[in-house]
Amino acid sequence: MNLTLHVWRQPGPGAPGRMVRYQAADISPEMSFLEMLDVVNERLMETGEAPIAFDHDCREGICGSCSLMINGVAHGPELGTASCQLHMRSFRDGQEIHVEPWRARAFPVVKDLVVNRSALDRIIAVGGYASAPTGSAPDGNATLIPKDAVETAMDAAQCIGCGACVAACPNGSASLFTAAKITHLGLLPQGQPERGRRARRMVEQMDIEGFGQCSLYGECQEACPKEISIDTITRMNRDYLRALTAPDRAAAAESD
Amino acid sequence: MNRVQGLWDTSVGKKAVMAVTGLIMLAYLITHVLANLTVFQGPAKINAYSAFLHGTGGALWVARLVLIAALVLHVVAAAQFTARRRAARPVAYAAGREPQVSTFASRTIRWGGVLILIFIVYHLLHFTLGTVHPSFVEGDPYHNVAAGFGNPLVVVFYELALAALGLHLYHGIWSSGRSLGVSPPSPHPLKRQLAAVLSVLIWAGFAVIPIAVSAGALR
Ligand code: HEM
Ligand code: FES
Repeated sequence: MNLTLHVWRQPGPGAPGRMVRYQAADISPEMSFLEMLDVVNERLMETGEAPIAFDHDCREGICGSCSLMINGVAHGPELGTASCQLHMRSFRDGQEIHVEPWRARAFPVVKDLVVNRSALDRIIAVGGYASAPTGSAPDGNATLIPKDAVETAMDAAQCIGCGACVAACPNGSASLFTAAKITHLGLLPQGQPERGRRARRMVEQMDIEGFGQCSLYGECQEACPKEISIDTITRMNRDYLRALTAPDRAAAAESD
Repeated sequence: MNRVQGLWDTSVGKKAVMAVTGLIMLAYLITHVLANLTVFQGPAKINAYSAFLHGTGGALWVARLVLIAALVLHVVAAAQFTARRRAARPVAYAAGREPQVSTFASRTIRWGGVLILIFIVYHLLHFTLGTVHPSFVEGDPYHNVAAGFGNPLVVVFYELALAALGLHLYHGIWSSGRSLGVSPPSPHPLKRQLAAVLSVLIWAGFAVIPIAVSAGALR
């Protein structure tokens, strides 16, 4: 395949950037999108040009590193697929492809297509955990959990923290990311002690980081490579509002 | 952060305020559209309803104050949210962002809201205060409606604002349940049968009246 790429090039944080045009000739349709960029980069290096910087690690859809806005769609045209798992057969020969970094105030560009997603880590840090006593592992059957709670929690736990939800949201909201973690922990018995406090702190942190509000556009669930449902956002809102109204939980949240 | 602050100072809390104030206004709209439709039963019915409302004295003003408070909170929240979303993405995508599933209704909710707000002001001057009405008669809503749509520009303006209202409700009725955390989980979370039916009924109920008057059905 022969493709024309338009790629965002930016030498460093805060530096001015622009879209630069590259020809990607003789690309195999079997290649992943990142492999295609590897080929383009090798050719760039041969001519002495700086390769295009992009984030990647596992290249099998589980680490959440890859983060490409491809033709205006987070992770490109395939549903439930991260950029690393997207194949070039999803494109037409001769197609023009625009590649940009995630755009959000909370995700400053580091270089080219690489953005800093530490804001998501800070949201996790304020409440995305369950207090567990250390020591020997508890018996596997000691805590019984209903099957449907396990399934819904595991669906939410699939979040790989890539930030596609933020990138696709017209408001630049991190609601789906935050709600996935709140749902995952809030449905399991181990997550109960901090449930109210978790919702309050994580929601507050999301705002502090400068993410936008949720307007229920639904774009996030469509962009999510793990197809996490906006039902999680309903659960986050419920946990947050309950923490405000339930006196015991609210008091617990106040005391720390 | 105390509880009241928690309802205004976080985006999730403020969105809940937006949902509750929206639903208060929705409850009013439902009574309003039902009352308006009695205009098709002749002058006696609707004028009697108007006399009843004005006869309640204090209760009418309590309802008006609740609605004004709801509208003010809703609009202030909308303005603050608009500022927040702008700040959240200072650099736009050079090649644009392609909407995948968001509805036209959700994408027009802000400008639609502005149109509705302008409409509310005009509508009060038109049928409540009579300031911009050609032949306003206090206490005779049947006459005021039948005589109020003589100017086709007024009819067009009403229909545009009501279309915006219908779209606003198509998104808002559905999203408010989620903003308040009460919608049940769904395998198709973007489906909205109740919101679709309610918004179409409310829109149609309001929209038919200016058209009926223009067509000469009321006189
Ligand atoms: C008759 C008047 C109105 C009714 C019944 C109404 C109803 C609603 C409802 C139920 C929602 C959904 C809240 C949620 O998603 O939880 C909503 C959202 C919204 N309304 Fe209204 N509204 C009215 C007037 C207005 C006006 C005058 C404006 C603006 C000037 C406005 C702007 C908005 C905006 C921007 C949203 C979306 C907020 C967001 O998702 O970020 N509305 N409205
Ligand atoms: S590189 Fe790990 S998810 Fe794409």
